[in-house]
Amino acid sequence: MIERLPELVNGDPGIVRWGREMNETFMLEVGDTQYLVAVRAGRIESVEKGPFVMRSWRFAIRASRECWEQFWRSPPAPGWHDLFALLRRGEVKFEGDQRVLMAYLLYLKLALAALRR
Amino acid sequence: MIEPITGRYAHISLEGRPHRIYYEEAGQGIPLLCLHTAGSDGRQWRALLNDPHIREHWKVVAFDMPWHGKSSPPEGWQREDYRLTTERYTTMIMTIARELGLERPVVMGCSIGGRIVLNLALKHARELRALIGLQSAAYVERYYDASWLDHAEVHGGRACGGLAYGLMSPLSPDEHRWETVWHYMQGGPGVFSGDLHFYQVEGDIRDRIGAIDTKLCPLYMLTGEYDYSASPRDTAAAAARIPGAKVTIMKGLGHFPMSEHPEAFLGYLRPVLDEIRRR
Repeated sequence: MIERLPELVNGDPGIVRWGREMNETFMLEVGDTQYLVAVRAGRIESVEKGPFVMRSWRFAIRASRECWEQFWRSPPAPGWHDLFALLRRGEVKFEGDQRVLMAYLLYLKLALAALRR
Repeated sequence: MIEPITGRYAHISLEGRPHRIYYEEAGQGIPLLCLHTAGSDGRQWRALLNDPHIREHWKVVAFDMPWHGKSSPPEGWQREDYRLTTERYTTMIMTIARELGLERPVVMGCSIGGRIVLNLALKHARELRALIGLQSAAYVERYYDASWLDHAEVHGGRACGGLAYGLMSPLSPDEHRWETVWHYMQGGPGVFSGDLHFYQVEGDIRDRIGAIDTKLCPLYMLTGEYDYSASPRDTAAAAARIPGAKVTIMKGLGHFPMSEHPEAFLGYLRPVLDEIRRR
């Protein structure tokens, strides 16, 4: 599913524009599986599947597989529909550089929600 | 097409300081004073102000809080941190209602406005005809670090817009969701987080709401099911401690019902307004 991220995000200029200044790699954790997502100028340059050894990332978004399955349902149920909704219910963890995550919050929300399509 | 809304500026003293307050009004009848959410402004009430059925029986008034929308911050603002408190907010509402000549108004507020109506119910019940709290909860804990909303290295408009976006229902129309986000993107630095000081820190009213007397002033609580900030569970927890509070859970709506999906919201609000009018 996450492998579709480049196609879905890069094909939607309405998402890319909100990440135009973003050149960062972040960690997306789906249960035990880790992905490194590289963003270049708002486009998803690559999605690599772990496990990783000694790799750097700017921030990490970690949640269980069940949580992401709820988040990616279309339409999602109340309380499962947004990254911060997951945060309030204690289902997601944000780690690393929070400044960058908050600077690109809208982009990240739109990009991750694109997987509902 | 020209909308039937009139916008004016009132010069009002708050806490001994002159303020220039922008407000919009439409309709004739019972005064209905509307309070916008944290970090936004009175444009959230655009559909209510435009609704012909409501304008027939209600004089709808929506003001921009100081520092918000077209209301200026007071002189000297550049030297201070804006912080909303229960006392400051309550005084502001009652003063503006009096200065605008609104006699025994109904007050309807959303989010921070839904919180403050609980304090109005405690302190000013006899001066008010009814209270309507949208997305009303007695307390919301700080589940994220709000200081990033006012930080030189994070674009405040983008961060505040990003935060507001997720609070809405994915089922609400794109047009109105993005209009709501735009209002958030236009907020001044530190204003949204200054409002959240009241919402998430100072304005915890849990231990006092049991004293609300809904026989003195009826209290309606309407909450959208997609709101995770003031969730249906939070509203139910508050209402359980207020005898006579009337709760409606609004299907498919989020944290900004009047702005993110006006038509669906008005469907829930009209019967409440009719009930208040018939009392």
